[in-house]
Amino acid sequence: MTYKKRLDGRAFNELRSMEAKVGVVPNACGSASFRMGKTWAIAAVYGPKEMIPRFLADPTTGVLRCHYNMMPFSGSGERIRPGSNRRSQEIALVMTKALEPVVDLSEFPNSVVDVYVELPQTDAGTRCAAISAASMALADAGIPMKDMVSSVAVGQVDGMVVADLNYNEEAYEEGAVSDIPVAMTHNTKAITLLQMDGEISKEDLLKALELAREVTEQIYELQKKALKEKFPK
Amino acid sequence: MGSLLVQEKDIIIPGEILAEGMDYLPGENTYRENDKIHARVLGLVTLSGRVVKVTPLSGPYVPMIGDKIIAKVVDITMSGWRLNTNTAYLALLNVKDATTRFVRKQEDLSQIIAIGEYVIVMIINVTSQRLIDASMREPGLQKIVGGRIIEINSQKVPRIIGKKGSMISLIKTHTGCEITVGQNGLIWIKGTPEGEHKAELAIKIIEERSHLSGLTEAMEKYLGETHDL
Repeated sequence: MTYKKRLDGRAFNELRSMEAKVGVVPNACGSASFRMGKTWAIAAVYGPKEMIPRFLADPTTGVLRCHYNMMPFSGSGERIRPGSNRRSQEIALVMTKALEPVVDLSEFPNSVVDVYVELPQTDAGTRCAAISAASMALADAGIPMKDMVSSVAVGQVDGMVVADLNYNEEAYEEGAVSDIPVAMTHNTKAITLLQMDGEISKEDLLKALELAREVTEQIYELQKKALKEKFPK
Repeated sequence: MGSLLVQEKDIIIPGEILAEGMDYLPGENTYRENDKIHARVLGLVTLSGRVVKVTPLSGPYVPMIGDKIIAKVVDITMSGWRLNTNTAYLALLNVKDATTRFVRKQEDLSQIIAIGEYVIVMIINVTSQRLIDASMREPGLQKIVGGRIIEINSQKVPRIIGKKGSMISLIKTHTGCEITVGQNGLIWIKGTPEGEHKAELAIKIIEERSHLSGLTEAMEKYLGETHDL
């Protein structure tokens, strides 16, 4: 256990500096930007609109469809090859699964609500930033929702349970690391996203989830503030 | 003991708790879970007696019977026209609901209303699957000729019209335009090019500030100031 102090000097439960803004894409039905340290996500919501291709339409309810895209220059190393890939498809799927439980599209059968998330800059925790931004954008678009979803990554770096890992921590080489993106609803504290990379003990996992519960609250407060700031008194 | 946690006209976000206890009743765009009333959309709190409801500030148009909407003709079928209603659903305008004159069996319907043209129609039927029937057999329902069509969020339509049409008649008198507001958020403005432009700007301002009160007075001032635009 040599990891006593975090690489960027944060406290174990301290998040990176965050910034949220709503209504950043004027032509979209709803949009939001969410920045967490160097990770930056922009979400735009379009719809409900006619589902194309038609065979994907559900006659009993509307469908939520997420798209995730890292921009070519968004990484810190090599250029990211544009277009869809396995990773972005997986993240789009887990984003949809993370947001679906709160979104109520029963009023809009056969339709689709498209959520596009673009990432101009990334430094770990992109799916969490994407979900937090998408949740704000959906609320901004006036889509009926039971609750907001806030997302953050927690994990363990060489024995220390931490919140909001950045890329350097994820790539820490001197010990075991785990990265656990978590998404939670605000009122019920239901977990709508839980993935894991790396290794962690059972005790640390429970500690990490408790930490996630605590810090998603900070993200929720920021989302709430940003949504209300769109309508100045 | 129940208590209200918000005030009238407060901006609230989805999931936010509006009231606790059984003293209040959940109205539109809210839901009750256990003993708490939560909001379902982003909007303004409205109280009417013990009922707490939320007036949305954005959101899609839900077609309702009796609504007057502005729609674009996108296709022609055997018996009528298919209209884009600015929602996820198309509306059907039957020949018999479109015109009072006799239309022969072989007649070319595009001679009456062509693809790409706009019409003002009334919704006469909506099914659970959102199949929409439209009609033009009411006074004021017609094919749109001339002018311009602008789009706003459908939730802001009541603010554009104002109480008993006060806002819309204010814009009409100050710009000299004919204005028809569709419930689906499409607005037809017809007048002089300057007047149309001015009316469009005024409507955009109302859309932006729709959550504020005292808007009619503010607009009266705005339209008065830029009268010689």
